[in-house]
Amino acid sequence: MNTQLLIQLLVNGLVVGTLYGVVAMSFVLIYKATQVVNFAQGELLLVGAWVCWALMVKYQVPFYAAMPITMIFMFVFGILIQMVFLRPMIGEPIISVIMVTIALSTVLQAAMKWIFGVNPQPFPPIFTSQSVSLLGLQIQTVYVMSLIVSLAMMAAMAWFFQKSKHGLAMRATAFDQQVAQSLGISVKNVFAMSWAISATVSAVAGVVVAVVNGVSSGLSVYGIKVFPAVILGGLDSIAGAVLGGIIIGLLENFAQFVDGQYLHWGNLYEVAPFYVLIIILMIKPYGLFGTKDIERV
Amino acid sequence: MANSMIPAGDFRTSYAADTTIFPTVTSRNFAIAGVLLTCAAPFLFNEYWLSLLIQIGIYGIAALGLNVLVGFTGQISIGHAAFFLFGAFSSAYLSTKIGIPAFFAIPLAGLVTAVVGLVFGLPAARLKGLYLAIATLAAQYILLDFFARAEWFSGGSVPAMAEPFSIFGYALQGDRQFFYVVLAYVVVCFLLVTNMMRSRDGRALVAVRDHYLSAEIMGINLTKYRTLSFGIAAFFAGIGGALYAHYQLVVSYEGFGIERSILFLAMVIIGGLGSVMGTLMGTAFVVLLPEAMEWITAILAGGPIDHALGLKTNITFLREIAIGTIIIVFLVFEPDGLAHRWHQIKAYWKLYPFSH
Repeated sequence: MNTQLLIQLLVNGLVVGTLYGVVAMSFVLIYKATQVVNFAQGELLLVGAWVCWALMVKYQVPFYAAMPITMIFMFVFGILIQMVFLRPMIGEPIISVIMVTIALSTVLQAAMKWIFGVNPQPFPPIFTSQSVSLLGLQIQTVYVMSLIVSLAMMAAMAWFFQKSKHGLAMRATAFDQQVAQSLGISVKNVFAMSWAISATVSAVAGVVVAVVNGVSSGLSVYGIKVFPAVILGGLDSIAGAVLGGIIIGLLENFAQFVDGQYLHWGNLYEVAPFYVLIIILMIKPYGLFGTKDIERV
Repeated sequence: MANSMIPAGDFRTSYAADTTIFPTVTSRNFAIAGVLLTCAAPFLFNEYWLSLLIQIGIYGIAALGLNVLVGFTGQISIGHAAFFLFGAFSSAYLSTKIGIPAFFAIPLAGLVTAVVGLVFGLPAARLKGLYLAIATLAAQYILLDFFARAEWFSGGSVPAMAEPFSIFGYALQGDRQFFYVVLAYVVVCFLLVTNMMRSRDGRALVAVRDHYLSAEIMGINLTKYRTLSFGIAAFFAGIGGALYAHYQLVVSYEGFGIERSILFLAMVIIGGLGSVMGTLMGTAFVVLLPEAMEWITAILAGGPIDHALGLKTNITFLREIAIGTIIIVFLVFEPDGLAHRWHQIKAYWKLYPFSH
């Protein structure tokens, strides 16, 4: 038993898991507010990361300026997607809505390859020191940054929903659209707002991943990995999404450890979350914290 | 005359008239003439166009299965490419490792794939809508991982070989001869599905789609029909995949990721959900779209648009963008697909000049 490796991988899993949690959180945000299952969540990460990369590398904008510009861009981008593609689909069967987001992910994915090329690009270094020592473990600075940013985003989200007026409007809409409307909440604005916030949060997560691993189309994998996380946590629970993300991140790395040390199957790292997904769907489809209102058929 | 046209209203007076495959004598004659005309294709087209026709046939059969699942039963699957590939690998395995002639291996591969489809369809018995979409997404990844891992079955990273198709000891050579095999399968499969849709089982599937609670009250076993439609979808995917294996003679799991599954969904949506002939139209559309794009690129080559967009080097991405855009456009503006458009054109000419 290689304890050092195990701890290293678990730390890794925690870092990746919180990122999954952040992406899952923004996925659930869209689902809760607008009842749209967004298969293009990963592409939002991708677009955000590429925009930030282009600003820093092509236009030589410093990071502290590039990040806010990216966030503003993604905010507008999210509103635009909702208005152009999703608004006409309101009231359509769920299959059509799912297909639109799938098609959207294809378009965005290909457009990014078209504009920025297929080769992965390294992100310009942001920190001067490569790694810090923590409790005898060498942890890369970017990992610490990633963890801090993720937690900050979760805290900001919690504040937004608990304290702010817009967050309250969003919760009301998620609870009952008609009642919300009769109380003077513009459901249209709430829909646009939820996409905008989701896109912005995803973009921040995308930039964080890009800083760690570089920018490439592989970033959109996060959009797929979000499904095991949200199903585990429960589709309509934000806290569940965060917890689900962390569990999936830890599980992935634990699977890699077991695989590398004992089983030697290879690739278990990538499929393990999907086995978990199938098992949860079979035994507890509403997840850990989801509302138990799924129609059993 | 009386039999060759449908009157303006829908006057079906007998049960037999309601369940006939071809509504009029003319439509039956047109279908037969169409098949006969397609028989002449190997003499009319060159190798390249013939290979496109074969592709339309092969993918059309697989898309037909998906249409039974999505269009008729109202379930969704984002893992159809994995089933297609499973059929290809199992036919290759049956024909080379076990030595069953390709003639029998193709339907057998369809059956084996149907069994796998039933297994993955079991969640469908309990889940619906987006949960099912996510479950099939997982199936896609799990199956693809299985192909990469199971060297005894799929050869792992080495592509699997398939025996060429032979009938009574006579091995078919080249596209021209293989074309007739595909054509035969297309005719049989499309007739099978059309026939199934007018049987009790077919109507049950549609009832499950339209209102599952009413369907259940009318005595339709939901679990059975939901799972069954998965089996049917996988069966046709397996047949298509097996034909693909004996056409290409090598099968590799490269290029059968989620993008290919989306392409299958695109075929069904563009063609028309719940339309048998529409499936073929949609498949032709999706298969010919890259060709049309190549053609446009060749025309624009050297022009200002070419310089601005870099068409030649980026054709693959442009193709993906086009596919995605077309899916969205169809979903927003023409949710019933090409089949619906086709009916409107026909109705326009039939009722001309008194369209209302």
